[in-house]
Amino acid sequence: MKLVRRKILGALAALPMLGMIPAGAQAQEKIVIGEINSYTRLPAFTEPYKKGWELAVEEINAAGGVNGAMLEVISRDDTGDPATAIRIAEELTSKEGAVMLFGTFLSNIGLAVADFAKQKEVLFLASEPLSDAIVWSKGNKYTYRLRPSTHMQAAMLAEQAAKLGKKKWATVAPNYAYGKDAVAAFKAELTKLQPDVEFVEEQWPPVFKIDAGSTVRALEASKPDAIYNVTFGGDLAKFVREGSLRFLFEDRPVVSLLSGEPEYLDPLGGEAPEGWIVTGYPSTDIKTPEHEAFAAAYIAKWGEAPKTGSIVGYNSVLAIKAALEKAGSTETEALLAAMEGLEVASSPTGPFMFRAADHQSTMGAYVGFTALVDGKPKMADWFYADGAKYLPSEEEAAKLRPAE
Amino acid sequence: MGFYVAQLLTGLANASSLFLIACGLSIIFGVTRIVNFAHGSFYMVGAYLAYTIVTTLDGGIFGFWFGVVVAAVIVGLLGLLVEVTILRRIYHAPELFQLVATFGVVLIIQDAALAIWGAEDLLGPRAPGLDRAVRIMGEPIPEYDLALILIGPLVLAGIWLVFHRTRWGVLVRAATQDREMVGALGVNQAWLFSAAFVLGAALAGLGGALQIPREAVSLQMDLSVIGDAFVVVVIGGMGSVAGAFVAAVLISVLNAFAILIFPQISIVLPFIVMAIVLIVRPYGLFGKEGSEHGAPSEPEQPLRLLSSRATIVVMALVFALAASPAVVSDFTTILLVDVMVATLFAVSLHFMMGLGGMVSFGHAAYFGVGAYAAAMAVKFAGLPMIPAMLIGPLGAAAAALFFGWFCVRLSGVYLAMLTLAAAQILWGVTFQWQDFTGGDDGILGVWPAKWASSDRVYFYIAFVLCVGGIWFLRRVAHSPFGYGLRGIRDSDVRAEAIGMDVKFHQWMGFALAGGFAGLAGVVFAFSKGSVFPDVLGIGQSVDGLIMVLLGGIHALAGPIFGAGVFVLIEDWVSRLDYWRFIFGAIILVVVLLAPDGVAGGVDRLLRAVGLRREERA
Repeated sequence: MKLVRRKILGALAALPMLGMIPAGAQAQEKIVIGEINSYTRLPAFTEPYKKGWELAVEEINAAGGVNGAMLEVISRDDTGDPATAIRIAEELTSKEGAVMLFGTFLSNIGLAVADFAKQKEVLFLASEPLSDAIVWSKGNKYTYRLRPSTHMQAAMLAEQAAKLGKKKWATVAPNYAYGKDAVAAFKAELTKLQPDVEFVEEQWPPVFKIDAGSTVRALEASKPDAIYNVTFGGDLAKFVREGSLRFLFEDRPVVSLLSGEPEYLDPLGGEAPEGWIVTGYPSTDIKTPEHEAFAAAYIAKWGEAPKTGSIVGYNSVLAIKAALEKAGSTETEALLAAMEGLEVASSPTGPFMFRAADHQSTMGAYVGFTALVDGKPKMADWFYADGAKYLPSEEEAAKLRPAE
Repeated sequence: MGFYVAQLLTGLANASSLFLIACGLSIIFGVTRIVNFAHGSFYMVGAYLAYTIVTTLDGGIFGFWFGVVVAAVIVGLLGLLVEVTILRRIYHAPELFQLVATFGVVLIIQDAALAIWGAEDLLGPRAPGLDRAVRIMGEPIPEYDLALILIGPLVLAGIWLVFHRTRWGVLVRAATQDREMVGALGVNQAWLFSAAFVLGAALAGLGGALQIPREAVSLQMDLSVIGDAFVVVVIGGMGSVAGAFVAAVLISVLNAFAILIFPQISIVLPFIVMAIVLIVRPYGLFGKEGSEHGAPSEPEQPLRLLSSRATIVVMALVFALAASPAVVSDFTTILLVDVMVATLFAVSLHFMMGLGGMVSFGHAAYFGVGAYAAAMAVKFAGLPMIPAMLIGPLGAAAAALFFGWFCVRLSGVYLAMLTLAAAQILWGVTFQWQDFTGGDDGILGVWPAKWASSDRVYFYIAFVLCVGGIWFLRRVAHSPFGYGLRGIRDSDVRAEAIGMDVKFHQWMGFALAGGFAGLAGVVFAFSKGSVFPDVLGIGQSVDGLIMVLLGGIHALAGPIFGAGVFVLIEDWVSRLDYWRFIFGAIILVVVLLAPDGVAGGVDRLLRAVGLRREERA
């Protein structure tokens, strides 16, 4: 018993020492940014993303940093679990001294961290999640989003779909919020442009567990004129294989969300379907000076062509740099003020800005056709669709958000 | 008509794939009684190996089938490695403990596959000679589907022949029915177990290899099949290969037609079918009575009250925990809240499994119902935090009362699988019913009330609720009710003979465990500010299971050790690259060093250094 008491007393006596651990060691000029993403759960998408932001951080620091300070990004794996993401966010902000957070890929983790940002009053730039809810129905003062949302990309495709003049459409989408949003947005936008359109069949396979043969047959049975696809990753490969075996795509245009992104298109190899209308990223085919410089640096550093995630990661850090420079400080209030209407004058994909009304960036996506060139899948006849054109007006968007 | 025939054929082709995965699992369970979580990993490795071999050889029809067979053989050898180096050493551990080891193997293989084959999905070649569709009644049917429809029954016939026409097969069947007797007759069990494990692993590898013409090989393959494979094995009856075949056909064909009418059903269909089958036939379609339990383990030592010295130590630790917010950083208090939540969750599961003898693979259901009930009370009814905290456990207990009524009618692995079905059905409803539960976008903004919003105040709320809950369950363990539960676990026949209402006792135990899991869920919801369907998911249930088993199922302190070790190690290693590999390796080391769990290991260590005296019986 004595022993215990002595130990407790000893521990108590040591208490004041804890305050002496140099919390102020960041006296040398550096700005810590917290980053969270699903590195083990979805490495195919998050690895290129990580390479993208690492490149941007390296370039910025080589050029002297931001406001005279070096950028330091502390990056953590959320293991694909929203609760873990929250714990990490706590650690990054309360222990590591991160002045803001960015990252996340899965929509539910994006939403969880956004809600955390609101509660703990810290700026969060949602880099990759596509969910409309992040900026609209569940938007908040502290959360901004970079990547063109589900709604924007669906609207880009609806514009092209309307030109086809097909009447009977079937949809296939993974059965979760992203798939549901993507189908709802496409239906709404296409109906606006082509009021006589009919949706004759919907298939909702579980995400990453599609029973492709049965799904293809169910779509075929409805004899649609055209198909809108939202499946991606392994589901897309299965769907394409079963669909082409069973002649589902014969004489039937397919409009497909995200399928032009190298993350999804490259694995299809020589079996990639030709002539699908897709949103995506034509990578090294983009010949603007900004993009060529980015692609050259990326290839020099990583030895592979950039993917969609790379550009999202890279642009995230560009946006953060712009915000820090505009704010001139790392205080959350100053950063929030800077984010409102923040313009990023130059990026590999062209200029974009963050809308003050709904916190969505106007970064766009590339729309084109899938094609095979020398047996390799590519995007052909693409153009850059500026995100601003596919967003509701700022007044309308503000109404979609909850009152602060 | 042609359309329906074609849909049927599609279903049958899927059934063959599913059967190939499930039959190996069934054989392994039948003989060794190991619930093999790594089976999905063997399947994934088979697919990756086949991809590598087939694309490297590029040798037409012969090259393809050669690649498939070689991949299966290599996976069989991998199975041998796992069996000989790990599992063989822990066959005498408590029931189900081996699944912790296979969980470690899952983690290691995930990262190994990532390191070897990279993150990107790999789309293999189609099967040469079978790469087109033929028209049957006017409908296009892929030739490869027809090949699969043949391969499934061929493998079934092969297994049947081996089991009925070879001495080894007869021994395997005998071991499935009565291991002890087979051992007593002088059969070398170690050799029999290895062989069964190798065969099962090779079949999983074959199943994976045969998938490459149908789907891209990806790192998600392992976890995406394991749930369905278990369902098929259980519906068929554990250990029955023919049963697995019938179950695979049943599920696949049902799914092929169900998605024509109600496309959203796919996510829960297998679990609904399993729940119905288990309620009607408690041992699955072809399972035999007695197929539900592992080897009878040594009878457990009776529980003892803590000695006065131990009480002092425990009290000191509790006080140290209570005083910790004064010492540690804000983030550590948050981590400690996570540890306390996990501990209460694990203790409630241990109450069911360790004391009640009712293994649950779906305990997350009640954790999740608690979290959701509280979150919805805040969001929809606008209740303040404290009343919402009351509603959570009540809701969880109500759900446990409902599902428990069905579950306690079963036992062993079948009971465990019915709890899993209940959890998956709840998960499916939560996931799908967007208007009510928010779907996978979850419920946000469930933060503590203003007065409790500081990390420290919330720490004390969590402290009171979690430590209080753990203390209460411990009290119950030493109450007459707890003694009754343990009596039923050890011998339900004798318990019944002395006039105890066995089912009622178990039912109440189930509900109590569910209620406290719900309490853990409530504390969790307010600490994270949001709830998502993941809280009801298989991952959460498995985490709980691993904590209980890793900690040591035979000690009341087991789940406390298990949860603490699990959460803290995971938090630490997930900072590193390839952390799953490291985490898996740590689990294997713990498993090999302490086959009686961390609690057992600590106990032996204390005795070895003389800090704890041998107890006199």
